[in-house]
Amino acid sequence: MAFWIASSPHNHNQTATSALMRLVIYAVLPGVFAQWYFFGWGNIIHIALAITTALTCEFIVLSLRSKNKTQNISKQLFDGSALLTAILLGICLPALAPWWISVIGVAFAIVVVKQLYGGLGNNPFNPAMAAYVMLLISFPIQMTSWQPPLDLINIDLGFTNTLTAIFTGFTSDGYSVEQLRTSIDGFTMATPLDTLKTNLGLGFTVFETIENSMFSNNLSSGLGFAFGWEWMNIAFLGGGLFLMAKKAIAWQTPISFLLSLLVCSIIAYSISPDGSASTLFHWLTGGCMLGAFFILTDPVTGATSVKGRLIIGALAGLLVYLIRTVGGYPDGVAFAVLLCNMTAPLIDQYTRPRTYGHNIDSVKSTITQEKANEKGEVK
Amino acid sequence: MINILIAILVLGFISALFGALLGYASVRFHVEGDPIVEQLDALLPQTQCGQCGYPGCKPYAEAVANGEAINKCAPGGEDTIKKIANLLGVDVEPIDESHELDSTLGNGPTVAFIIEEDCIGCTKCIQACPVDAILGAAKQMHTIIIDECTGCDLCVAPCPVDCIEMRPIPETIQNWQWDLNKIAVKQLD
Amino acid sequence: MESIIERILQNKFWNFHGGIHPPEQKTLTSGKPIKQLPLPKQLILPLQQHIGRQGDLLVKVGDKVLKGQALTQSSNPMAVPVHAPTSGTISAIRKSAIAHPSGLSELCIFIDVDGDDTWKTREICEDFTKLNKQKIIQKIADAGIAGMGGAGFPTHIKVNTKPEINFLIINAAECEPYITADDLLMCEQSEAIIDGIKILEQLLNPAFILIGIEDNKPRAIKALQHATKNIEKISVCVLPTKYPTGGEKQLIKILTGKEVKSGTLPIHSGIVVQNVATCFAISDAVINDIPLIRRVVTVTGQAVSKPQNVWALLGTPVNHLLEHTGFVTEHDSSKANPPVTSPPVIMGGPLMGFSILNEFVPIVKTSNCILAPSRAEMPSAFDNNSSEVECIRCGQCADVCPSQLLPQELQWSAKAKDHQQLNKLNLFDCIDCGACAYVCPSKIPLVQYYRIAKAEIRQQQQLDLKAEKAKSRFEARKLRLEKDKNAREEKHKKAAAARKIAMSKRSADGGSASSAVAAALARVKAKKKAKSNDELSVFSIEKAESSSVLSVSSDEVTDEKSQVKAAIARAKAKRLAKKDDVSTLKVANKDSEEKEKTIKTVKTVDDKKAKIAAAVAKAKAKAKKEQQPEQSLPSSNEKEVKATSTKTDDKKARIAAAVAKAKAKAKAKKTQEKDQLAVMSNEAHAPFKSSNEESE
Repeated sequence: MAFWIASSPHNHNQTATSALMRLVIYAVLPGVFAQWYFFGWGNIIHIALAITTALTCEFIVLSLRSKNKTQNISKQLFDGSALLTAILLGICLPALAPWWISVIGVAFAIVVVKQLYGGLGNNPFNPAMAAYVMLLISFPIQMTSWQPPLDLINIDLGFTNTLTAIFTGFTSDGYSVEQLRTSIDGFTMATPLDTLKTNLGLGFTVFETIENSMFSNNLSSGLGFAFGWEWMNIAFLGGGLFLMAKKAIAWQTPISFLLSLLVCSIIAYSISPDGSASTLFHWLTGGCMLGAFFILTDPVTGATSVKGRLIIGALAGLLVYLIRTVGGYPDGVAFAVLLCNMTAPLIDQYTRPRTYGHNIDSVKSTITQEKANEKGEVK
Repeated sequence: MINILIAILVLGFISALFGALLGYASVRFHVEGDPIVEQLDALLPQTQCGQCGYPGCKPYAEAVANGEAINKCAPGGEDTIKKIANLLGVDVEPIDESHELDSTLGNGPTVAFIIEEDCIGCTKCIQACPVDAILGAAKQMHTIIIDECTGCDLCVAPCPVDCIEMRPIPETIQNWQWDLNKIAVKQLD
Repeated sequence: MESIIERILQNKFWNFHGGIHPPEQKTLTSGKPIKQLPLPKQLILPLQQHIGRQGDLLVKVGDKVLKGQALTQSSNPMAVPVHAPTSGTISAIRKSAIAHPSGLSELCIFIDVDGDDTWKTREICEDFTKLNKQKIIQKIADAGIAGMGGAGFPTHIKVNTKPEINFLIINAAECEPYITADDLLMCEQSEAIIDGIKILEQLLNPAFILIGIEDNKPRAIKALQHATKNIEKISVCVLPTKYPTGGEKQLIKILTGKEVKSGTLPIHSGIVVQNVATCFAISDAVINDIPLIRRVVTVTGQAVSKPQNVWALLGTPVNHLLEHTGFVTEHDSSKANPPVTSPPVIMGGPLMGFSILNEFVPIVKTSNCILAPSRAEMPSAFDNNSSEVECIRCGQCADVCPSQLLPQELQWSAKAKDHQQLNKLNLFDCIDCGACAYVCPSKIPLVQYYRIAKAEIRQQQQLDLKAEKAKSRFEARKLRLEKDKNAREEKHKKAAAARKIAMSKRSADGGSASSAVAAALARVKAKKKAKSNDELSVFSIEKAESSSVLSVSSDEVTDEKSQVKAAIARAKAKRLAKKDDVSTLKVANKDSEEKEKTIKTVKTVDDKKAKIAAAVAKAKAKAKKEQQPEQSLPSSNEKEVKATSTKTDDKKARIAAAVAKAKAKAKAKKTQEKDQLAVMSNEAHAPFKSSNEESE
């Protein structure tokens, strides 16, 4: 009797990449729910559109690339990576953006950013973010058609209205997207970050700005939160913490990202309290939490070493803050992520861990004076 | 008109100046690199088999340095061609068909083996061996020093009684390459 | 040093990077005592069971051997002998599949067990403290003890060390899941183990002895603590369970906080690590004079119905163990009838063990476990790495790597065969523990990639070394040939000059004397040539022929022969003098006929000579055929040769075949090498003649 030959190790902890992706998708759902609750159906429709496009594109490219591995295509198609990209992009898009925005964005993300670079595991840039930036640069008007939270709109925006608005540009009652974006006060709405930036540019203080209706609400009035956005971000934070607890994502990147943002805002606040928003405002507006827990932690495009992740996180925090305050765009998460993606290989190169048994001299000092050595390493 | 002349003159002067500067620098800071022949020789497999048409690896290295085709080394195979192409900055060429390895023995490395009962002690193979890997005296049975044999098969042809054959190096646990798929697993009936 | 001991005494330990916590599954076997199995019918003992070289055989097929009798010996210090595990008869010594991941066959001794279990005479040592160091080391070496934890490094080398030893670490961690062999051994034989440790202490004189044991073996810990309570130097260190704590380097790091420098052995840092089972074997060998012939093996997994630890004689085929523990072949119901996938049987643990080829693979010194998992228990053992998907750089492998390597980067480089980068990433610090592949969500068989890469790099290094050697040999040869050529030309010149002088002197005397002069000149030339022959006997072509003929002639100095030879010589001289083509042919023909006669005489004298003569004949025939393809003479030569060869014995048949071969070959080649060989044969004649004259 001959036995089955396999290579060691024979045991496996039975995790799988697709399971990991599924876990991330579950974790993003609370945020999606919060978004739906505050902003209506817009993003859900975009997510659905994005998923359909993503799977179609992925299927076409995979069929073109793999010659006779038909059974593997379905496996690769449903490994969750394309699905996740689509969902993340769908979340990021403005709710009332026309339908082709999400189609073009996702097609670009899957075909160009992911598959042309070699598919899963080989793309240097986060597909969702690269697509987002591409859209933002190519279609600035559509990409800023932000919809205010439902509570602040004077038109009833149901599912059908949103659907028709996305596909035709008008609701069934004939309101244009532009009209939808007009708030109760008669102002055209932008995102809180956008408004803050514009107002600061006009010479208002932060306190004056957050008097605006989009900031003032039951929970956030005192703190200068952005209405709707804070709950969304809190939901994403929850999902992220769940992933961290499940060890599906590395804790280093989000923590160092948030800390970096904290440090930056504190420094700015201490220098000019009138011209700088609070840390919590930065944490809980825009795509901060989504970026911290779902995008920066994308292992494919991030750093792999512990030190590298800390550096990437900190760098992303700094970049987000800089782009938000002095850059041309209101939110900087997408740009910051892409810039970090670019630096990741270099950072990895310089943050390789010390292999067991190499450079032992530095270890000996660790044993005797651990703290002193830590300082030395920082230098 | 005069402006154009000035422009031409100035540019001409500048280019002459820089040319002179570069020329000076190339002489002044000349770096003595590894002679290309040595580098090429280091890439060749040193089987000294002569299958390239040159009497040994070094002569072939010299020839390549002088413009000979880089795809004539059969024992080195594709890897060596790639390395040479890399070194010389030329395109990788497929291995020359006339220099391809004999596929009847499989692709693995081989060593010469003397069927000792048939050996008549003619010493012809000894003379053919480029690396002195055959031991023997006239009218005495010869034998191959396996560790020194490069598997060039130059000794096979001169043998008057055809008692030399190339044999693949047997796979042992020392040189096993972890090829689990090669292990013959019989299915249960 | 003192701070280290203080920390240890406070039960505070260091930690190593990474590690995993796979399901332990030790309770399958840890509660049951070690079972004594009935003797198997046949034992298969591979000659080599450890790192190093195999010894030389001391026995042959048919020999009766006693239990404990050495079967191999070696003067090489890296070799340890193997012993007969029980009494019986050696039925075969042949290649058989061995306990190695490759499943290759190596030389094994097959013993038919007679069932008596008769011991050889043993000298039991009452008090080992009275033995001196050399004596103990000799006993350990003779008992064939090699490390029983994993690699099987010969123990007597490890304990025969000069540098001062700070720590003797006893590895009782047994961190791999399923395996409980050491655990049970410690429970049942703690006294003997402590004796072994004491012997090691006597040899190494360490400052401190640490027993590293994982906290999932409470019974063993108790037993050891009980056995060592009166010995101050020994400290039982209870460590948190984590794989791979039992790795030598990891254990050192945990216990002492030190790291073993890459590329060095622990001994260079004053640390010796010994496996607990090795300690038991040492005490058995030194005190009871029992060589290493048995070991505890855990037979476990859900495919066996009665998992248990057993005492297995070395060489016991795996099927004997499986039979006695109720191994059931799992029938795969998901697939229709045959082919039914054969189940894997793993020697060693689930993480570092290897699947064995068949049920006749024997237990060797390093086999601590036989694991037969069921599909439900270990589905990945049934896959053949087919479920690999792309790496997503999640970095989990780097998080668990106990050597702090970057497995994902190693994997890319290994796939790209970038050996330089692999070395830069310290591939050779990988300990093959399998933690990375265990956690990999993409199910990449990382360790397999590394092993292949390591083997390739090692082979490449060897090839480079060989190429270097070949190069230097080639160059040395070229130089020598060059020198030979120059020397020969020098001689030719001199000879030519001398001939000129002679010719000019004797031109008046007429042509009759010229033949004698030429003969004399040729003689001088041959003499010189004979002297210049290389020791390695690598001759230039013409030299080869001359000397071969020379040896024939000098061997047989008989009167009649010398006469014949003289005749030949005369004829030759004639031919050389005259350069007429027609006469050359004639003489050559005559020549060969005469030579055949010579050969005949030689043949009758000696059998061996026959061969040589045949060769000469062949060479001649070859040369002749090329010279005179139109003549019918070659066939007559052939006949003669054949006639002579039939005279002697059956060996001739082979020679005849060889001759035929040579002829065929010569025929094929004659057009190409005609000119060249013609020249050769011409040159070959001169020395032949002159040597004959010398012998006269």
